[in-house]
Amino acid sequence: MSKFLTASIGRKFIMSISGLFLVVFIAVHLTVNLFLIFDDSGELFNLAANFMATNPAVKIMEPLLGLGFLVHILWSFFIEYENWRARPVKYDKKNTGISSSWASRNMLILGALVLVFLVVHIIHFFWVIKFNPEAMSTVVVGGEHMEDTYKLVADLFKSSVAYDIFYIFGGILLGIHLSHGFWSGFHTLGLSNKNWMSRLQIVGRIYAIVVAVGFSVIPLYFLIKF
Amino acid sequence: MADKILKKLNIKVWRQKNAADKGRFETYTIENISTGSSFLEMLDILNNQLIIDGKDPIAFDHDCREGICGTCSLYINGRAHGPDTEVTTCQLHMRKFKDGETITIEPWRAKAFPVIKDLVVDRTAFDKILQAGGFISVNTGGVPDANAIPIAYDDAEESMDAAACIGCGACVAACKNSSAMLFVSAKVSHLAKLPQGKVEAKDRARNMIAKMDELGFGGCTNTGACEVECPKSISISNIARLNREYLKARFSE
Repeated sequence: MSKFLTASIGRKFIMSISGLFLVVFIAVHLTVNLFLIFDDSGELFNLAANFMATNPAVKIMEPLLGLGFLVHILWSFFIEYENWRARPVKYDKKNTGISSSWASRNMLILGALVLVFLVVHIIHFFWVIKFNPEAMSTVVVGGEHMEDTYKLVADLFKSSVAYDIFYIFGGILLGIHLSHGFWSGFHTLGLSNKNWMSRLQIVGRIYAIVVAVGFSVIPLYFLIKF
Repeated sequence: MADKILKKLNIKVWRQKNAADKGRFETYTIENISTGSSFLEMLDILNNQLIIDGKDPIAFDHDCREGICGTCSLYINGRAHGPDTEVTTCQLHMRKFKDGETITIEPWRAKAFPVIKDLVVDRTAFDKILQAGGFISVNTGGVPDANAIPIAYDDAEESMDAAACIGCGACVAACKNSSAMLFVSAKVSHLAKLPQGKVEAKDRARNMIAKMDELGFGGCTNTGACEVECPKSISISNIARLNREYLKARFSE
């Protein structure tokens, strides 16, 4: 098994499994987040956030998700280092734009930028919700007391234009990362052939656009409306 | 109609005495090159000039000069086999260049392809990968009747498309990771699509990948650059097949 994990295809297998797992997470995350802009009273989002915070299935998935992120991030540096070693003397003149997309060549840089965003994002929300709930105000929705997660998010987005731009930028970066990552994950698992390759590429691009637009539209909404 | 003449070209080329030498770029000027001449003919003319000047001619690989043997290499102006698609360097013509241009010529760059001299690299790594499993060793008997083994048209076509690989190494040269996955996938695929090749499919995928890793090639990140720069346009869908074959082999252990 250790031989499999260090073999070139084994390494990529780990990347694609963890990557596709994160793709599913992002879809769930985006769905819940979009409640932010469909109900200005915040009730809908608070209900959804409360459901996610108390649901036992989510509780099980939470450490798994952390592991997924960790594996995907750590393995990416390991893989990139190994690939970098495969060419000790670099080319003097490169004209790579003709043969491949910028995103496909710069997945590590895109991933690292998304990681920077992720760290700030966790400090803003996850950390407060999880470890410092005293800092949050509570609200009653449908007779049930719960933390006002909507206020936490809305306050941040209303507080400064810089935060809005930062979150818009984060959404777009993630979209670019996924524009290559989505179909590449399937390709590495061998779940592709001459017919399915272009289909997966199209689905991947659509998904990337949905993610980029979906996440960017939330801070944009607060920026324009308030 | 006579071909246009390129009055002056600057040739910036990698010079390296031997494998141990550090190497450096040198720039030469060459005049009056016909756009109808091939890139290698241009190098021949330049070498003639160097010999007359009492200098060491530039070493480069070439053999058939008709795009079949896969011997010629050269990374020209930042692209494997130069600024044209579906051609080897020997099929590249000077009409693809402009008068007064500086043309940068580098050898294939990969840990697994060490430079022997100037632009010549050692590609025996490819032979070693083939020796690890790119063959059929089971007895297939005498020559069978033409239609004794039915093979679907699409399978035969895909197999032949993969078999078009001439092993030039442009995929490795073009890949940002110096990965040999397109080469290995072509060699695995042309056998995997045929009934005779299926018998040893698992061992083949396992052994060829193990050898590829051992020789220091990088991993595939699906950028697709190899397919674009491949003179035979081998599809990266073969890489998906190789991944599938390899994972199948490993998970059945």
